[in-house]
Amino acid sequence: MHTSHLELSQVGIDFPTANGPFTALQDVNLKINKGEFISLIGHSGCGKSTVLNIVAGLHQATHGGVLLENQEVTEPGPERAVVFQNHSLLPWLNVYKNVELAVKQSKTVRSKAEIKEWVEHNLDLVHMTHAIDKLPSEISGGMKQRVGIARALSMEPKVLLMDEPFGALDALTRAHLQDSVMEIHAELGNTVIMITHDVDEAVLLSDRIVMMTNGPAATVGEILHIDLPRPRDRIAMADNALYNKYRHQVLQFLYEKQRKVEPVNPRKSIGSSKANTEVSPAINAGVKKQA
Amino acid sequence: MASSTIVKIMSDKITPSMGLKTLLKISNVILLPLIGMVVFLALWAAVANNLETSLGKFPGPVAVLEQVVVLVEEHQAQAEKETAFYERQELRNADRMAKDPSYEPNIRAFTGVPTFFDQIWTSLYTVGVGFFFASLIAVPLGIMCGLSKSAYASINPLIQLFKPISPLAWLPLVTMVVSAVYVSDDPFFAKSFVTSAVTVALCCLWPTLINTAVGVSSVDSDLLNVSKVLRLNTWVHIQKIILPSSIPMIFTGLRLSLGIGWMVLIAAEMLAQNPGLGKFVWDEFQNGSSQSLARIMVAVLTIGIIGFALDRLMLSLQKSVSWDKSVNLR
Repeated sequence: MHTSHLELSQVGIDFPTANGPFTALQDVNLKINKGEFISLIGHSGCGKSTVLNIVAGLHQATHGGVLLENQEVTEPGPERAVVFQNHSLLPWLNVYKNVELAVKQSKTVRSKAEIKEWVEHNLDLVHMTHAIDKLPSEISGGMKQRVGIARALSMEPKVLLMDEPFGALDALTRAHLQDSVMEIHAELGNTVIMITHDVDEAVLLSDRIVMMTNGPAATVGEILHIDLPRPRDRIAMADNALYNKYRHQVLQFLYEKQRKVEPVNPRKSIGSSKANTEVSPAINAGVKKQA
Repeated sequence: MASSTIVKIMSDKITPSMGLKTLLKISNVILLPLIGMVVFLALWAAVANNLETSLGKFPGPVAVLEQVVVLVEEHQAQAEKETAFYERQELRNADRMAKDPSYEPNIRAFTGVPTFFDQIWTSLYTVGVGFFFASLIAVPLGIMCGLSKSAYASINPLIQLFKPISPLAWLPLVTMVVSAVYVSDDPFFAKSFVTSAVTVALCCLWPTLINTAVGVSSVDSDLLNVSKVLRLNTWVHIQKIILPSSIPMIFTGLRLSLGIGWMVLIAAEMLAQNPGLGKFVWDEFQNGSSQSLARIMVAVLTIGIIGFALDRLMLSLQKSVSWDKSVNLR
């Protein structure tokens, strides 16, 4: 039997509430090959982060389970390193020590000089060696996220889990970091699962985009293979018909098939429906022009 | 010549806006507190002047200042007596040794009445020891309660039960237990000291314990997740994540504890007649001379100043161990 690198099988999770258990996820099945870059996309609250947390071991699935190299995931560990949305660097340690803490925990036994070398190597991958002595409070949000990525990479993870890693960053910084992540993925060939809200980001970075249905009992809706040659250049992609077709498919899934049911709160619903109508026609128009 | 150059340099440097700013700064740091102090002294003097007690007029600022001088003189006189006593003793011993080489000199300690400054030292030492041991118990226990829900659940009822008890209520029990348990022919610490220190420790435990537990249990969940992903062991987890996060809360607890401990110590010393500032106050009260009230007032102000100094000491300690130097601690 063919076994995949990482396998989610019939994963479901119930959260206890005052009105009985709430099923957040149901029957999530996914097989991921080594070195694949997977994006999880879906509306807020659909359980993307929960899937990631289950793979990380931070949440325990109520049904089904996760196998990494045929071993069941039961607890968090450095072989499934997480890049958190808000960087989560320890504010009292400088950039070097934040990464060093992770390096010292890794299974590879290293001498003092090797630890230093490995920390510096990983910071070099994310272009952060210039701020090695700075505290997290002294560097920008994008730089913090770079250090967060370096920390995760330094654990030599079998799977790199990224929870909306660029969600809190401005568009320019985000583009820079996406380029860095593509560069690193090309160089190291890590298996990556990334959660994102950003359709462009998903298409640009991924080998496959896993689109999730709305909760409760959210599950995998569609999986889109992105057959774009690497390395991918964001400027060239803007005029690439295939790229725009993929983009259109994701948008169609999100805004037509899985259109978010408007919440009861009227003020909120006005805001979100406005955002929807503003986004989709403009993008559809763009796609038609290309096609 | 020289003075005129200085004036010139000063007038060059002070631009109107800068002058105003410095003036405001000086007024905030020096002038306003000074005004408060002067108003207080004036009110005090006015009230004291019109307040007649059975021990004479209530002491005003001047009478209190006079007693400060008297207390310093008394201390110096006592110190002279002490040196004289030891000199005499040494001479006498040397004399006897000369007559009889086999004689082993017996050094006796000076047994004069402790002065005001001796009592200050005793109180400070006692509160320090009591506070130190209480913190040594409370901080680790607090960390344990913050980390483990079951530890918290099992200890919390006890905390809630013992927290509101005035340590003075414990005093008779502590006194009896110390005299029963702490039995030694040549005690390193006086029993009275142990009693006071234990009483201080009993009240220093709770604020530190509770604040530490709250601080530890409210560590950012993202950082806890980082710790889980890195699989930090318990010791590294406490050292790298828990302690730095909860330092502000731990110090809030420590400062509260030290403040309460200092207040309670004075009361305990008065009640139990244990050496220290409290005993000084009580002795002066019993003495009932015309200077007593002024001397008590000196002690009262000293207690305030020391309490303030202890808090500042803790604050500077907190500043030195706190990782976030940008926070304005006060």
